Amino acid sequence: MSNSTHQAIDAVWRIEAARVVAHAARFVRDIGLAEELAQDALVAALEHWPKEGVPDNPGAWLMATVKHRALDKLRQDALHAKKHEAIGRDMDALEAHVVPDFVDSLDAARADDIGDDLLRLIFTACHPVLSTDARVALTLRLLGGLATHEIARAFLAPEPTIAQRIVRAKRTLREARVPFEVPQADARAARLASVLEVVYLIFNEGYSATAGDDWMRPALCDEALRVGRILAELAKEDSEVHGLVALMELQASRLHARTDAKGRPVLLADQDRSRWDPLLIRRGLAALARAQALGGALGPYALQAALAACHARAHRAQDTDWARIVALYDALAQINPSPVVELNRAVAVGMAYGPQAGFAIVEALAADPTLARYHWLPSVRADFLAKLGRREEARSEFERAAAMTQNARERELLLLRAGEMLGNP
Amino acid sequence: MRFMIMVRANAQSESGAMPEESLVAAMAAFHETLAKAGVLLDANGLQPSAKGWRVRYSGGKRTVIDGPFAETKELIAGYTLIQVRSREEAIEWARRFPAPFGDTADGEIEVRPLYEFDDFEPSESVERFRALDAGLR
Repeated sequence: MSNSTHQAIDAVWRIEAARVVAHAARFVRDIGLAEELAQDALVAALEHWPKEGVPDNPGAWLMATVKHRALDKLRQDALHAKKHEAIGRDMDALEAHVVPDFVDSLDAARADDIGDDLLRLIFTACHPVLSTDARVALTLRLLGGLATHEIARAFLAPEPTIAQRIVRAKRTLREARVPFEVPQADARAARLASVLEVVYLIFNEGYSATAGDDWMRPALCDEALRVGRILAELAKEDSEVHGLVALMELQASRLHARTDAKGRPVLLADQDRSRWDPLLIRRGLAALARAQALGGALGPYALQAALAACHARAHRAQDTDWARIVALYDALAQINPSPVVELNRAVAVGMAYGPQAGFAIVEALAADPTLARYHWLPSVRADFLAKLGRREEARSEFERAAAMTQNARERELLLLRAGEMLGNP
Repeated sequence: MRFMIMVRANAQSESGAMPEESLVAAMAAFHETLAKAGVLLDANGLQPSAKGWRVRYSGGKRTVIDGPFAETKELIAGYTLIQVRSREEAIEWARRFPAPFGDTADGEIEVRPLYEFDDFEPSESVERFRALDAGLR
């Protein structure tokens, strides 16, 4: 087989895999089996296309092939069941379940249905019955079309571990008889939150990659963005989907500015804003506008996106609208109260209304046990103390923070600031 | 990786006449597919060259020349910006791009990769260009 045909088939597969799996799952209602059938369709393509050429509409070819495989499988199972009469009672149920889909599929798979199937696939892969790790692996495998070894490289995990995780996840879904469907009404919001959580986790895993990491790690940001953008098309009416996409676009716009030439992290205020990606900022602001246009109170992702947008809109750090950021943190703290949000709010209040006001919030957090090992608490506290001219206290807080951080570069920076507190102001 | 798919102009696009409904529908369907695959970043159609102008640099002088311009095939009528994982994926998407002036009319599209952020060696001028870009947000 010529190398270029092979590459073309690989590209087609990367583009179509998720939709092919989703289409198969529509018939067999089991995403593990659906993936096997999709693989069979790929094998068929690898047999035929090098000889006959890649068809004009390779997606439709794969869809038709996988449909036939799925229907064959259902017929075999039905025959098998009939022969043994073991589950004869279930035949009616099986028929009821096959026939409508079969009729439906006679008119070539309509675009809307494929979208629906893809959305079902996303919801199923992110079902709460699965652990977070399993949801992440399954989503990358089924929606991203990533091979097991690629997922393993991205997560710095041994390949057999990821392979096992995926096998178990599929088994869990089967045993729990998780239906292949988009949840309705009341269940939808909670299930959507589970989907968005997975997408954002994948994004953050990529965002936390550092210089020298395997390139598959930063590529996770692109994967998460791609899945997010797909979701935004399939679930247009969900404000939080657009909120998450906005948040990811805006954060991704800073990817190239958040480390310096030596790979050291650069704080937001110190970033060279000319390195921010204007196209992603524009897309992020547009997605945020869509989230806001849907009305209702903004959810946690949209609020975080609105926070990121405040920074994106400021051409210089000193142009940042801190009063608006405080208002957004107030809203976020209302719906998602957490000491970490409160600490961020304290920083924003300090920027907007002076160190004394911010310091008061930090002092109220000092006793919070969940922050006992969180080095940002003494860091922020030290910074306020320094601004208030309480240099001796600031020095010991910087030192305390330095002792708590696991990150060598942060420790260096904190000790530097502690040292600065010794000299004359 | 980002790629720009550029549609070359023809007499019809240069005339400023709106394309047939069926062509608009085909373009809309293709771009919807791109969006639903999460690869579409941006797309726009350009007005005919009669609405634009050129600036020619020669012998240290610059001259403004109003459109239209004759060499239709050198002109761009529109672009679609996509983000994909590989060159092969970009080729596959480009292969699916609808015939830009309908199935029976001749047409041509051209695809080019965009420079990635790290393709440029750091230099003062590159930094200035980025600063400008950021200022335009």
